[in-house]
Amino acid sequence: MRNILAIWQREMKSYFVSPIAYAVLTVFLFLCGFFFYSILSAVIQSTMMQAQFGQGSQPVDVPGIVGRSFFGTTSVVLLFMIPMLTMGLFAEEKKRGTMELLLTTPVGIVQTMLGKYLASLTFLLIMYAGSGITIAALLIYGNAEWRPILGGYLGLLLYGAALLALGLFISTLTENQIISVVITFGTILVLWLIESFSSGATGVARDVLNYLSVIGHLDDFIKGVVDTSHIIYYLTFAFVGLFLTYRSLESMRWKS
Amino acid sequence: MIEVEHLSKVYNGRRAVDDISFRVEKGEILGFLGPNGAGKTTTMRILTCYMPATEGTARVAGYDVFEESLEVRKRIGYMPESPPLYHEMTVYSYLDFVAKIKGTPSSKRKSHIDEVMQKTSIGDVRNRVIGRLSKGYKQRVGVAQALLNNPEVLVLDEPTIGLDPKQIFEVRSLIKSLAGSHTVILSTHILPEVSMTCSRVVIINKGKVVAMDTPEGLANQMKGAERVALLVDGPAPAVHEKLSSIDGVLGVSAEEGKNGQPSRFTVECKLNTDLRRTLAAAVVSQGWGLLELRGVSVSLEDVFINLITKE
Ligand SMILES: Nc1ncnc2c1ncn2[C@@H]1O[C@H](COP(=O)(O)OP(=O)(O)OP(=O)(O)O)[C@@H](O)[C@H]1O
Ligand SMILES: [Mg+2]
Repeated sequence: MRNILAIWQREMKSYFVSPIAYAVLTVFLFLCGFFFYSILSAVIQSTMMQAQFGQGSQPVDVPGIVGRSFFGTTSVVLLFMIPMLTMGLFAEEKKRGTMELLLTTPVGIVQTMLGKYLASLTFLLIMYAGSGITIAALLIYGNAEWRPILGGYLGLLLYGAALLALGLFISTLTENQIISVVITFGTILVLWLIESFSSGATGVARDVLNYLSVIGHLDDFIKGVVDTSHIIYYLTFAFVGLFLTYRSLESMRWKS
Repeated sequence: MIEVEHLSKVYNGRRAVDDISFRVEKGEILGFLGPNGAGKTTTMRILTCYMPATEGTARVAGYDVFEESLEVRKRIGYMPESPPLYHEMTVYSYLDFVAKIKGTPSSKRKSHIDEVMQKTSIGDVRNRVIGRLSKGYKQRVGVAQALLNNPEVLVLDEPTIGLDPKQIFEVRSLIKSLAGSHTVILSTHILPEVSMTCSRVVIINKGKVVAMDTPEGLANQMKGAERVALLVDGPAPAVHEKLSSIDGVLGVSAEEGKNGQPSRFTVECKLNTDLRRTLAAAVVSQGWGLLELRGVSVSLEDVFINLITKE
């Protein structure tokens, strides 16, 4: 436990002196703000049009629509950002030779892995907290329902946890950050696009493809529905990622 | 303290370490000497549990490096060939991190780090960012890191490389001062380093142990002949002939001086004979000028070159 904390602390410090992390944070917050603003104005414009033409017989849930589109867009932005948070986690250690330190001190592989994973998760939470400021406006001024928003964040958290574990694993495979980020991004993209392949498939194949899609499982969360099957999907994803990371680190020590 | 038995390491079909065995007793400083690519780093990496051996066993403090790796890692301080440093950290926060993962209790950490920084003279850079330190300072931070948590066994891979002469001297004295309380194994290419710091030397070449002894023992063992060097002002061929004719002389090599300058001669004599008087008398009796005469002792350098060049 103490070792996990030590690794976590070091990793957090290195995030905060790293220009990459700041760039990711800034770009992410900028995009969140930008999309929030453009979604909001688009929705307001269309409701005003509806009202003008007298079609608005039922009231439009502006904050609800904005919230849903916002989470949808954010999940896509994260697709690009998450690989950058994990690319260096092990790749840099291998490149600088500090892996030799970690593997020859009493700190275990599992502790190293968890410390790093939790650090990346913490950084992701910081990013979410930053984006939450805009969302808070919906709650305060827009009388939005809090359930879909909380659900959306829970979904994004699980989604992020899954992708970070994948990125962590890929980071153990190379000592080059760029290769690590490109492979992670490519893999995530495939897992994302799988859904569009599924439209061509039929029967079981279609269900399987749909089930594998990382982003498909987010929809219910954004609607405010917390379904355990989606939670299980993301947690399994994260667990598999961490397990592969563990095996990869173990083979680093025992095969080389 | 360290027992290595029939250790081999194969990288993609190439044997980097080939059936080496040696022991290091408690409190001893063992020098690991060998040319580039001899397999020093590979052996050290096996001893520190960084990589497994292909064949053979190694035990540190009684624990097998493969089976009981955690117990070994708790007792070892390792300074890899390239210091394992986080460049964005300050010296102090780096050492603090290493002390933490080595399990130094938080109450003792600060004073312990101060002590180690003092031993390696890096106190003046404690708040500097490691990435901006000079090579020598980085190297010293690497040594400091290995000393943290007072390990019983220290494995130092070329600890003095990149240091200035004063620091080389200080690090050597530091290592020497560890003798007795710590068991040290250090690798180096620098021969004087071995004779100055180590109580025993293992010379390896192409993955095999070619010699193992005390530094003095090695020098004696290699000594096949006594040598005398002379500087003589006289006709070189005549001097050569005269010296060769003396009883007990095995061979003479000459380095003729240019434009009538004095010539240098190295005379190989039978073991355990002192021919210096005879040689001096022979030269003087011919009316040549004897400008220099001294006995040459076999240096570790000769031993080394001799060992690694003979097939
Ligand atoms: N990871 C590796 N993969 C393949 N071959 C390797 C690896 N590491 C070392 N070798 C090879 O093993 C041999 C021994 O290397 P090693 O680094 O142990 O030598 P060394 O004695 O430390 O040399 P130096 O004095 O240059 O540091 C060399 O031929 C080297 O090329
Ligand atoms: Mg080496």
